[in-house]
Amino acid sequence: MTHTVLLGTRKGTFFIEKIAGRWRPRLVGHAGVGVNFFDRDPTTGTYWAALGHGHWGAKLSRSTDGGVTWKDAPQIRYPEGSRHYMPPPPSETGPGEGAPTLKDATLLKLWVMAFGPAGQIFVGTIPGGLFVSRDGGENFELNRPLWNHESRGGDLFAGTGNGTTKWYGTPAAEGEFAPGIHSIAVDPKNPKRILVAISTAGVFESLDGGNSWRVRNKGLTMDYSPDPTAEWAGHDPHALVLCPAQPNHVWQQNHCGVFTSSDSAASWRKVSHPHQGVHFGFPVAVDDADGRTAWVVPGVADSHRTAINGALFVAHTKDGGESWEQLRQGLPQEHAYDVVYRHALAIQGDLLAFGSTTGNVYVSEDRGHRWQAVANNLPPVYSVRIR
Amino acid sequence: MARVDLTHHLYQFFPQLNGKTIEVPGSTIGDVIQGLETLAPGIGFYVCDERGRLRQHVNIYIGEERVSDRTTLTDLVAPQSRVLIVQALSGG
Repeated sequence: MTHTVLLGTRKGTFFIEKIAGRWRPRLVGHAGVGVNFFDRDPTTGTYWAALGHGHWGAKLSRSTDGGVTWKDAPQIRYPEGSRHYMPPPPSETGPGEGAPTLKDATLLKLWVMAFGPAGQIFVGTIPGGLFVSRDGGENFELNRPLWNHESRGGDLFAGTGNGTTKWYGTPAAEGEFAPGIHSIAVDPKNPKRILVAISTAGVFESLDGGNSWRVRNKGLTMDYSPDPTAEWAGHDPHALVLCPAQPNHVWQQNHCGVFTSSDSAASWRKVSHPHQGVHFGFPVAVDDADGRTAWVVPGVADSHRTAINGALFVAHTKDGGESWEQLRQGLPQEHAYDVVYRHALAIQGDLLAFGSTTGNVYVSEDRGHRWQAVANNLPPVYSVRIR
Repeated sequence: MARVDLTHHLYQFFPQLNGKTIEVPGSTIGDVIQGLETLAPGIGFYVCDERGRLRQHVNIYIGEERVSDRTTLTDLVAPQSRVLIVQALSGG
């Protein structure tokens, strides 16, 4: 089966298709517009692009003809009365300045989309909203149990709640210091089980289709907290994925390391190997069939967000992170400053693909052992999916 | 009827308005946005957020005066007013 690599970039939406034995990029929409996420709904075949227009706000766009034409979709709006506690920015947490402020919620960013086995469409947003459509994207509804979670202050539709929040912000909020949902994983074997990852709060799980949520941060460590293992230490998962065939195996590339869980996120285990460069990064991909097999694209550190020593590599484990192999064949090994964002690494069968902030896209057809550059000089790549 | 001119950028998203003389009824900027929404469904959410406030990086002028009420859009529009909707330039 021939797959297409879907790219969302800072300046448009692209396909990368294999034509006559060669992978070729093609602009298919939204020229000049930021595309935070681009994917295809496997239930309907509709292509969805989550746009960030800058001046004109965040918009959903969709194509029902294979990317030939695009139209604005029904738009996501925070419902009347939705409010949230804004955490104080880190630079303003001096004495007397650390209280959160209550703020009306308006859509700042559409960050990620996911598609459930029952046809649901999930969208993760900033500030910290999980929106769900059960009618193919005609209507989106805010998931109120997560929005009203006690860790965020409680039900702020009804009052002022408990007056505080344990959800902190992300610079990705584009102008405000607000939290964001960037990862949504639906268990294909149990569609009522949903995991979300939040910058900056950590991981939440629902076992009842989103009616209730519990925090799943046990075992995570947060290097910048006085108590690094606290449940609310300000954990900052950068990306979370689960293995479709073994959904009890969950992975996250975290600000403070690579973590994995083999018990459905009930407990996490740090599997960073800094001496092999496996520690800081944004994306993680897990094998479709084997939950112990995963890939990450490391960077130096949060304070130094570039490829390590100017040489780009993908790190691969087949034993749940006990050991890692550096895969470099076909990737630039000098003068490379590529960083790969959280949604910009994908796997489908033996096909892996990733795109970087410097507009390079690499594809491997043998699970990462040999890579080929299939595009250069594209805009910064925000998302890569394979369909 | 107020006459409305849009930045070229908005015509890309609402080509049905391109090349047309846009005239909408109403006595306030809020009315003008509602009138535009009737002509081009969806445009209101480009100009304003879901609370009805003017987006941070959008400006509206009545004649040569920038509107002052960005929250409830009560600036008055006369029948012969020219209204201009543009993106705000903040340098760079």
